[in-house]
Amino acid sequence: MSDAPQAEPIAPEAHPRLPHGVRLVHNEAQGGLVLLAPERVFKPDTIAAEILKRCTGEATFAHIVDELAAAYSAPRERVLADVTALLRSLADKKLLEL
Amino acid sequence: MAQAERLPRPLGLLAELTHRCPLGCPYCSNPLALDKRADELDTTTWTRVFGEAAALGVLQVHLSGGEPASRRDLVDITAAARDAGLYTNLITSGVGVTAKSLAALADAGLDHVQISIQDSEARSADHIAGYEGAFARKRALAAQVVARKVPLTVNAVIHRANVDRVADMVALALELGASRVEIAHVQYYGWALKNRATLMPTREQVDRAVAAVEELRTRHHGRIVIDAVVPDYYARYPKACVGGWGRRSLNVTPSGKVLPCHAAETIPGLEFWSVRERSLSDIWISSPAFQAFRGTDWMPEPCASCPRREQDFGGCRCQAFALTGDARATDPVCHLAPNHALVAELAAVRSDAPYAYRR
Repeated sequence: MSDAPQAEPIAPEAHPRLPHGVRLVHNEAQGGLVLLAPERVFKPDTIAAEILKRCTGEATFAHIVDELAAAYSAPRERVLADVTALLRSLADKKLLEL
Repeated sequence: MAQAERLPRPLGLLAELTHRCPLGCPYCSNPLALDKRADELDTTTWTRVFGEAAALGVLQVHLSGGEPASRRDLVDITAAARDAGLYTNLITSGVGVTAKSLAALADAGLDHVQISIQDSEARSADHIAGYEGAFARKRALAAQVVARKVPLTVNAVIHRANVDRVADMVALALELGASRVEIAHVQYYGWALKNRATLMPTREQVDRAVAAVEELRTRHHGRIVIDAVVPDYYARYPKACVGGWGRRSLNVTPSGKVLPCHAAETIPGLEFWSVRERSLSDIWISSPAFQAFRGTDWMPEPCASCPRREQDFGGCRCQAFALTGDARATDPVCHLAPNHALVAELAAVRSDAPYAYRR
């Protein structure tokens, strides 16, 4: 994610959430969390799963970044860039609302 | 089960609830011999199948047909799929789903709706569908789907009569509020194979349509997702049909037969098992039809030593059989196939004969 080109910034007060028709579910047979969307299935890696779990529409973008930076003891700048890149790419695919 | 451990888990189940359909599209992928209403699986059996599918690892069920709304128990079937934990996708012609039934489907947890359109212009669209007024009804249903905040995909099937209006069809999808549009060039199976000469576009038309899709993707980036099903008679490599035989998906026919793909019954000599007699898991693992072309051991040359063998899996078995009479042959769409010249010859056969409508 870090090597992705600069994504358009996301407002700190945005409330990222999965739109209707996109669901994050746990499936034993498929080995963990999967993101289900129209005609698509994504298997997020551990980091992406941690990000997606927080996109419930409740937490603000700034809060999500703070929480992840704390959880992984990582520099906030880097977490911000990574989370922005992932969420922007999902939003472009209509898999996330900002 | 050691064997089951090595087997891939299917991700998707195409549930062909019925072959009944009010439309008569000449490119329909249903078989020429349609299952009768009396032979259709009942609600209880579908409910069991969805539970078995979820346990097998299936994540998404595509409720299809025919027109799935031809079944009076569509809401119960949808609820059963959702209760089994499956992502539910309704694939509809748009004719037969009323405002009331859509409301009930949304309440039952329907995740996504796909509506087919035949063209961007009402008259042409209704002519292709063989159904007066279909276009208007599709538009009305699309508006209701979007109003209920259920995500909408518009599926536009492309052939000679509409191939020059790809951009108009994407514009229509945007206008209808779709989040996704499929530009699906006709695949020549079932009724489409029968109507091939009438449906086949020229290479120049196809090249323009492919270029148009690229341009539209850039222009509408972030507004709508544009997926394309390639026109395979003009391709260089074959499509990875169903993501590989018996690898990612399965198809249950209206009468309960389980197929690796919707056209598999066209291949003679395959033994299909039914959900009436066996569990879905048993069928996925052991049915002779699923084992016939699973993996790469069955492949002849040039597939057997091809570096792309695990990428396109030799292409489509049904197409190989339809065009060469040998289901094991390399899909002739592949430029490396011994029979590749045949594809260009067939694509050059075009006629203005009237459609043989699916009836």
